[in-house]
Amino acid sequence: MIWNEHHECMGREQLASLQGERLRQMVERIYFNVPFYRQKLQEMGIEPGDVRTVDDLRKLPFTTKQDLRDNYPFGLFAVPQSDVVRFHASSGTTGKSTVVGYTHNDILMWSEVVARSLTMAGVTKHDIIQVAYGYGLFTGGLGLHYGAEKVGASVIPISGGNTMKQLQLLEDFGSTAIACTPSYAAFLGESIRDAKLDPSKIKLKAGIFGAEPWTEQMRTEIQQLLGIKAYDIYGLSEVIGPGVSMECSFQKGMHIFEDHFIPEIINPETGEVLPYGELGELVFTAVTKEALPLLRYRTRDLTRLHVDRCECGRTLVRMEKCVGRSDDMLIIRGVNVFPSQVESVLLEMSETRPHYLLVVDRQNNLDTLEIQVEVEDQFFSDEVKVLEGLRKRISGNLTSILGLHASVRLVEPGTIERSQGKAQRVVDKRKLS
Amino acid sequence: MIIKQLSVFLENRAGRLTELTGILYDNDINISAFSIADTTDFGILRVITGKPELAEKVLKEQGFAVKITDVIGMVMPNKPGGLHKALQLLTDNGISIEYMYAFASGDGRATAVIRTDTPQKAIEVLQLHKMELLKTGDVYQV
Repeated sequence: MIWNEHHECMGREQLASLQGERLRQMVERIYFNVPFYRQKLQEMGIEPGDVRTVDDLRKLPFTTKQDLRDNYPFGLFAVPQSDVVRFHASSGTTGKSTVVGYTHNDILMWSEVVARSLTMAGVTKHDIIQVAYGYGLFTGGLGLHYGAEKVGASVIPISGGNTMKQLQLLEDFGSTAIACTPSYAAFLGESIRDAKLDPSKIKLKAGIFGAEPWTEQMRTEIQQLLGIKAYDIYGLSEVIGPGVSMECSFQKGMHIFEDHFIPEIINPETGEVLPYGELGELVFTAVTKEALPLLRYRTRDLTRLHVDRCECGRTLVRMEKCVGRSDDMLIIRGVNVFPSQVESVLLEMSETRPHYLLVVDRQNNLDTLEIQVEVEDQFFSDEVKVLEGLRKRISGNLTSILGLHASVRLVEPGTIERSQGKAQRVVDKRKLS
Repeated sequence: MIIKQLSVFLENRAGRLTELTGILYDNDINISAFSIADTTDFGILRVITGKPELAEKVLKEQGFAVKITDVIGMVMPNKPGGLHKALQLLTDNGISIEYMYAFASGDGRATAVIRTDTPQKAIEVLQLHKMELLKTGDVYQV
């Protein structure tokens, strides 16, 4: 099923011309309504008339998260406050949160892309969907909610948490779809198993999961626990929220709704635009956004785009699951390594928790990677062979995910520093010498 | 007959064992016997003490990974063949030993602390053959 066949299956050339026209209008809007952009464009000697096709995009300046912080709260808005009908804000793990705004049309557009996403997961008006994303400043709950209503599904706006209630409604209402974070989905699945609920009473068939990184192993686990097909949805509040891209039933990457969000992959160091298939930083221009139209917003997510035709019939490009954040990437013996990969390995192993430190060093002109992992009190064994077995298992799992040898050192619990904001995950001794 | 042994995970870094013994000293906990299993990166300290629960509590409070492990204390004559005869009994009865450590007590006897997956069976076998076993109350005296 395709929600909007016209836009999702459009010929690539026709799409490019639509994007070009929308980009032209967007640049005009921000030039005249956002002083920040007018100044930037003027400094670069660009006038609205210079933008005619989508290829002109690469001439335009980038926008970063720092720009949003510098213009906190409403400095980058392109409409007066009277046209803003809603705010959302990011959690802001570092510094101030990022505020985003929506006009009535923005909400309609958002509902449209979420409706397309839900349709990809097979959700129709005949479904009962439990929206277990948090409702509030976070975009997850309300984003999914409006899209599900647009599809015509019956929405249970239960929000996150309250697991006993979630289980009760799953049983009593017979919810057929659920939207939440993948970690919460796994937790719900375990709760169903532990509560020994009658599996025949759980009618779920599809799950729409996003807002945090997750792995294929987690997908398999969630699918088994809940007896569903699990779909990956991607989005970020600066662009719109969930529904920037979504997996179709073939699950070969997430289709980006390019008629609204023009993606680019750039070299994070130089800003140079990279061709399809190459790994780089994902950049979005939300050409139809009214309240907060960001030009070439740097997501800092690293991924690849693929444009070959998908079996589902959609012509929209597909993005791979993000491999990490551009600001976290390490290059070790020529291999790109992300702390998030280490984290996902540790999260998947039942005996470990994601408290770790990567120590990169250089010995005899060869990079070395050591990963320190805390021994969990409840998994501490006083037998050397058990601990050595654990150490080897962690090392083996890491080596296969990272693609290079990682030695593991077990350390005492609580010895890896916990910090308030982002934890210090990496010590790169190569930079010190 | 089961003795509660305290097992502690220790990183191989200078002074770490001294910190631990300091904590035990501050809490008036005596060490009756101990051994350390060491690997390149870490060690596992195994301690016999009269106050294993208190030791576990205070060390956990200080962030150590600690575990109470069931072991048995086998008392043997401190003379040639003493250990061999005891081990032969265990071997003949299919009891395998994960690890052990031993010490002489100076009264013509020696004690071996044994960790096995089947402590109850080991106790039965040893008692059947009139071997002396350490009791919890004896721990202060070893």
